[in-house]
Amino acid sequence: MDEPQQLHTNRQYEEELRTLRADLLRMGGLVERQIAEAVGALVERDSEKARRTIAQDAEVNRMDIECEARCIRLLALHQPAASDLRFITTGFKITADLERIGDNAVNICERAIELNEQSQLKPYIDLPRMAELAQSMVKDSLDAFMRNDTALAEQVIARDDEVDALNHQIYRELLSYMVEEPKTIAQATRVLFVSKYLERIADHAANIAENVIFMVKGKTIRHMDRSKR
Amino acid sequence: MFASGAVTVSGSMTVKLACRGLSAYFGQLRALHDINLDIATNSVTAVIGPSGCGKSTLVRCFNRMHEVVGGARVEGQVLLDGEDVYGPGVDAPAVRRRIGMVFQRPTPFPTMTIEENVVAGLSLDGNRLSRTAKERVVERGLRQAALWDEVKDQLGKPGTSLSGGQQQRLCIARALAVEPEVLLLDEPCSQLDPISTARIEELLSELAADYTIVLVTHNMQQAARASNFTAFLLGGKLVEFGETNQIFTNPACRETEDYVTGRFG
Repeated sequence: MDEPQQLHTNRQYEEELRTLRADLLRMGGLVERQIAEAVGALVERDSEKARRTIAQDAEVNRMDIECEARCIRLLALHQPAASDLRFITTGFKITADLERIGDNAVNICERAIELNEQSQLKPYIDLPRMAELAQSMVKDSLDAFMRNDTALAEQVIARDDEVDALNHQIYRELLSYMVEEPKTIAQATRVLFVSKYLERIADHAANIAENVIFMVKGKTIRHMDRSKR
Repeated sequence: MFASGAVTVSGSMTVKLACRGLSAYFGQLRALHDINLDIATNSVTAVIGPSGCGKSTLVRCFNRMHEVVGGARVEGQVLLDGEDVYGPGVDAPAVRRRIGMVFQRPTPFPTMTIEENVVAGLSLDGNRLSRTAKERVVERGLRQAALWDEVKDQLGKPGTSLSGGQQQRLCIARALAVEPEVLLLDEPCSQLDPISTARIEELLSELAADYTIVLVTHNMQQAARASNFTAFLLGGKLVEFGETNQIFTNPACRETEDYVTGRFG
């Protein structure tokens, strides 16, 4: 089903579906920026930026509620079937993933504000890399959603392993700091949290990608071995 | 699971009714093209498709109702328990007793009481029933049609005194009274309100325990709610056949997709 689909006979239905798609993409854009700014606030030690980013979350939350309401309305009023049904149920899940990503960005900001009050433990090198990766996963998962691109979705899922590896590397590094110098524990734990938040963000992006594959193929690949997919 | 070649129902289910290379004509007009389809025993199979796609013609071929129209003819086979209902020496009324039918508009016989309506099939068949046998048939039929509790105290009233939904259940009771094996329903709810429709749909799933049911409907949600299997017809051809869940969540054919998502026309 690669060729562009015909329009629905019911124009209002068509319009609602379009709006849902556009809103999810806009919400995706917002959380991408939240991730970049949250990590920016940490690396640049800019607590004001962190507070601004936290404030932006209200918009993401508002859009989450709106997208969810739209999905419910579409299900109730139009009894969607087949690819429409898969699109709407996927949209329902994507909005929840995006909202959680926004919350994780807020959490990064909160840790950044705390960390910025003390001198820096070490230069942040892996965290920005991890943030960049997670951000690209969010972006690509939504591009895959927009274009029904399962190959891109697969790539996003594969990239999750890189993020997990970086998370583990950061953990080991911080552990050695803490073992050597217990005074660093409070700070190192906060950095560790940031790493964990980024890892969670990447997981949400991978969830989105998995749901895109379901949406396109009608096949569930969640909780399956890669080899069996 | 598709139109080309024989269509088979999955796994452990047995086939009650099947058609092979079935084509139907009205004079020169070919209404059905080479249909191959299996109907599973004790299941509800829905036939969906836009107006004029051949849904009604298909089921009317199943019990030899198609041929009663002037100039109409059938090619191919309809197998009931493996035997061709169009085979030589097969008596059409005998086929219709085994494959009962309920129509779009409730059609109780207007001069008959509720009770007489239920046993009409048996009486017209020349059976003379004793009073007790008749009472048994009436109660069983009305119970099966989920109408007994509503009419048991007024069996002597005219069938036409009932509401539309009740009349339709009365017609189902009448069809069941002759103990058919297959029940064909041609848009049985199109004239009914949503509550009566829900009653009939619930009834269908109960009846599937004892009968094989084929439901023609132009209401896709009804097919989705009430059937186990769905056949999608378009322009007299069988486009896709499969489990209802699959047809409505992930159909294999583009035409099916367009139809169930409302992208037609």
